[in-house]
Amino acid sequence: MRVAAVLRSTLAIVLLVLVMKPHWFAWAFAPFAPEGGPVIYERATLWSLAVSHLALVVLASAAATLVAVTMAILVTRPAGRAFLPLSRTITNMGQTFPPVAVLALAVPALGFGAGPTLVALFLYGLLPIFENAITGLTTLPSATMEAARGIGMSRWQRLLRVELPLAFPIILTGIRLSVVIALGTATIGSTVAASTLGEVIIAGLLTNNTAFVLQGGLLVGLFAVLIYDSLLQLEQYLGRQTGRPAAG
Amino acid sequence: MIIALSPENRSGLLSPPGLLLAALGGLALQAPFLSLAANRIVAGEGFNAWELTEASLAIPGLLAVVAGLLLGLPSRWHWLRLSGAVLGLAGLMWLLSSGASALLADAGDYARVSPGAGFWCLLVVLCLLMADALAQLSPGPASRLTLLLLMLLALACLLYSGMLSQLSILQEYASRQDALVSAAWQHLGLTLGSLTAATLVGLPLGICLYRRASLRKAILPILSFLQTIPSLAMFGIMIPLLSGFVSIVPAAGHIGIAGVGFAPAFLALLLYSLLPVTGNVVAGLQSTPAAAIEAARAMGMSARQRLFRVELRLGLPMILTGLRVALVQTIGLAVIAGLIGGGGFGTFVFQGLNQTATDLILLGALPTVALALSAAVAMDVVIESSRTPGQGRHD
Repeated sequence: MRVAAVLRSTLAIVLLVLVMKPHWFAWAFAPFAPEGGPVIYERATLWSLAVSHLALVVLASAAATLVAVTMAILVTRPAGRAFLPLSRTITNMGQTFPPVAVLALAVPALGFGAGPTLVALFLYGLLPIFENAITGLTTLPSATMEAARGIGMSRWQRLLRVELPLAFPIILTGIRLSVVIALGTATIGSTVAASTLGEVIIAGLLTNNTAFVLQGGLLVGLFAVLIYDSLLQLEQYLGRQTGRPAAG
Repeated sequence: MIIALSPENRSGLLSPPGLLLAALGGLALQAPFLSLAANRIVAGEGFNAWELTEASLAIPGLLAVVAGLLLGLPSRWHWLRLSGAVLGLAGLMWLLSSGASALLADAGDYARVSPGAGFWCLLVVLCLLMADALAQLSPGPASRLTLLLLMLLALACLLYSGMLSQLSILQEYASRQDALVSAAWQHLGLTLGSLTAATLVGLPLGICLYRRASLRKAILPILSFLQTIPSLAMFGIMIPLLSGFVSIVPAAGHIGIAGVGFAPAFLALLLYSLLPVTGNVVAGLQSTPAAAIEAARAMGMSARQRLFRVELRLGLPMILTGLRVALVQTIGLAVIAGLIGGGGFGTFVFQGLNQTATDLILLGALPTVALALSAAVAMDVVIESSRTPGQGRHD
């Protein structure tokens, strides 16, 4: 456990320094840069790219969570049950759509820039959250539900005080999957002119500057790993609280 | 898991999803169905479904689409709803084909016709109607496979018949046929090659991890962190790694391994596939019922016999599920290979994005989507038929 904590904080500090003071690492990237070429990406500061990258992911994931959980609640109520088979099919089939393809298909409809990226991240992000929310809401222990009904809770009370809290760790697993996919898709979003950290990698690929590719790749990779890890920790903590272990 | 049908579901003459889809389909009919542009570069002008061509050609198509949407309304007779969806799709294709020729007949030589928002929305609505009817019918593996093959056959006939050859995407295809075919082979090669390699590594690794809990706790988290790294970053990091490797081991360079192109893409895809493959081998082996292992031991089976005849056999559906996840994921991720010169459909997607050429984007993206969907349906059929009698569904 202690090793993990040390590793976690080391990686976080490396990431922070890499974002704020990339020049401190110039010595490490210099061997990969073409002769006489730039070592550290200069066209935009790395921290501004990181901020807009994360903003896209947070915005899309928050909207996706809101919509997906609402829809999952609707289709698990008696009135919406008729939509349950269809929504299962949509989530199963929808997740076979490659995220890149969703992004590429959003461009003809919406043009270039942050818009199509945001829409693609949102649409794709819906699916894992929706799927997990449905699983969470339909696999509640029947004894607990019976007890909630027995002590005279209304439908709303059951939803807010029993069903959602119990389903939350599973929903969080969906959010984690969705955030990880969003981080990756936002990286590719730079090919449709959204300003994200992917820009650094793409610039490196276009100018044969491996130093750019490496710093962009490391930044995005570190962000993804650290965010994934913290969400996982949160999930396991909540899982212990509610007594429903989170699925890996 | 199976959800019992609530009584509300059986009462009521109309299916709520059917109603919703019919309403959405009605709205989609109001949107521009086709768009006509004077050439490849300028923006197109939209035309509604009923103003495409003379009435005698347009009306049958429109009627078929509307009838298809209406047939989706009942809450029972799902075969009827399914045929409604098929009828609607046929009408849609009819409108597309006759509309495109009619629009082009009066336009200049360089004019291009492409499907508009109305067409795409109707296509989605009718496919959802089909999916809803199918979800209710829940066909067995054999009928699902037949259905998939029939749909692919219908699509192939439609494309080969030349009915749609007037559309700009197919004109784009005609001029780049060779490149697209070789891209398709590269895509398949990357996908299947890396998946095969991942299986060759993942299967023994999974068996080994299953037997040693300490190793399992160390390796599986590493694999899931690998999975977390965004694809572009992973492909990017592979480039310096591989060029470093080639400069240390020059022999590797002679057999075609290089920093850019096929090799880094292949390696990145292999790493991404390792978690679903290995993780599911472990989970599949762990899911063997204790009673089955006990019985095998009592019969005098050695550890090796137990592994091959009992544990791997009973874990097969779970192992295949891992392969399905890896396959579908790899088909999608292989698109990124287009950015680092690894070939595949991604070449078209990113070329299209660079030139703002919608047709090129579609030419790369649509086959990828079709490939991923077909692979998913086919793998589901394989998984289902691999279940031993009496073995329930795991999900």
